[in-house]
Amino acid sequence: MTDVGTALCFVMILLVPLAALGLALMNTGLGRSRSAAHTMLTALCIMATAALAYFVCGFSWQGVAGRAAHVLSVAGKPWSWAGAEAPFFSSLPLDGSTPSLVALLQMFSVGLAALIPLGAGTDRWRLGPACVSSALMAGFIYPLFAHWAWGGGWLSQLGAHYGMGRGYLDAGGAGCIQVTGGLTALSIAWILGPRRGKYAPSGMAAAIPGHHTVFVLLSCFLAWLGWCGLNSSGAMLFAGVAPGTLVLIAVNTMLSAGSSALAAAVITRARFGRPDASLCANGWVGGLVASSAGCAFMAPAVAALTGLVAGALVTLSVEWIDLYLGVDDPGGSVSVHAIAGVWGLLALGMFGRVQAAQWLAQLVGVATLFGFVLPVAYTANWLLNRFLPQRVSPEGEWQGMDLYELGAGAYPEFVIHREDFIQR
Amino acid sequence: MKVAGFLLLLAGWGIVLSAAALLKPSAARSVFALAGAGVEVMGLVLAIRSHIVPKGDRS
Repeated sequence: MTDVGTALCFVMILLVPLAALGLALMNTGLGRSRSAAHTMLTALCIMATAALAYFVCGFSWQGVAGRAAHVLSVAGKPWSWAGAEAPFFSSLPLDGSTPSLVALLQMFSVGLAALIPLGAGTDRWRLGPACVSSALMAGFIYPLFAHWAWGGGWLSQLGAHYGMGRGYLDAGGAGCIQVTGGLTALSIAWILGPRRGKYAPSGMAAAIPGHHTVFVLLSCFLAWLGWCGLNSSGAMLFAGVAPGTLVLIAVNTMLSAGSSALAAAVITRARFGRPDASLCANGWVGGLVASSAGCAFMAPAVAALTGLVAGALVTLSVEWIDLYLGVDDPGGSVSVHAIAGVWGLLALGMFGRVQAAQWLAQLVGVATLFGFVLPVAYTANWLLNRFLPQRVSPEGEWQGMDLYELGAGAYPEFVIHREDFIQR
Repeated sequence: MKVAGFLLLLAGWGIVLSAAALLKPSAARSVFALAGAGVEVMGLVLAIRSHIVPKGDRS
């Protein structure tokens, strides 16, 4: 990479924490006021834990394409299944080289992935277990899949060895970051169970509105900026695109997010008589997620269409998951990150500027996310829950996570909830 | 049912991987890969159904 490219990539990487800030604000706004400070603190601690776990062992599992890796031979073809770097970045020159930029981007993006389950666990996920769960994800689960997709692993080699287009393509992390986080969010929602009062004994779901819509909508702007950095730096480092392509990436990211949010607004207007602010925000982020995989390989019109479909999928699946599957996901993480991410990966294979066989590589990637990441994430969090209960006690949930775990509320001068909102 | 669902997810992934690794580029490879994805969908449905709390037990 040229010096200009390196500088540009570094600046883009520094934008990525804004995406994490956006998600943290959105999760906080969509939760209850009595858990607001707890949610923001948990987000901060998750980012810290994920970065440290990635530093300790995550990077050594993930590795960088072209460097040391563990390789198996299957039917005469090499299958690189894990990186073989030394722990603690000790074999990594932090000098602006491509491997060092990869490590920096991954320290941020692994935190972004670990933040996603917080949206599903809002109002009931304890701080300590949330950090341990994040460490498991950042230290083991995420790096393995990221090696396969980005670190020169077998998914990225599907094109060279098996004639599947360019191999599994995911420039901005729709699979590595978003679907991994979304499927872990589903595991967490299953393990924690719904919030008290969410479902009546008859099965009817109660709407528990978020406490701060302004936070939720503000987070969309921050997330867009962060996603531009994420898609741009990821495309440069993992797909090898030239700096000149960054304009196309920014255009595609904006078009996908915009059409997705508008699709959500139109659908909620048609279904409920008025546009729903939180679902429009979910639609916006769903569009960003769907843009990630193919941001550098799609024509702008295709990116807009991808976002349009993502907005519809997110809006309809939020309701479906809540009402019919009984999964209490206050932040809509499963819909926004898992479903929109999978759609973005498949849309790249079907409609992107790629070879015809690319769709099969994308399908293998999606199959790996469901066949490997979901069972492993669920099992790891289920085992963790056996030793360290992840859900707060009923007393703590009634009192609110702020008072129960932190000893002070986010808004001490205002009482903006009724205590009879939840049955004791 | 939960364990069966996750086992089906793993089995479907195995079919997809086998199709990718063992078959030459052809329509048969695509069909096998799609069949593996279908098995995964069945596993996901089972896993989801096993986590749905019966309506009378929800609170």
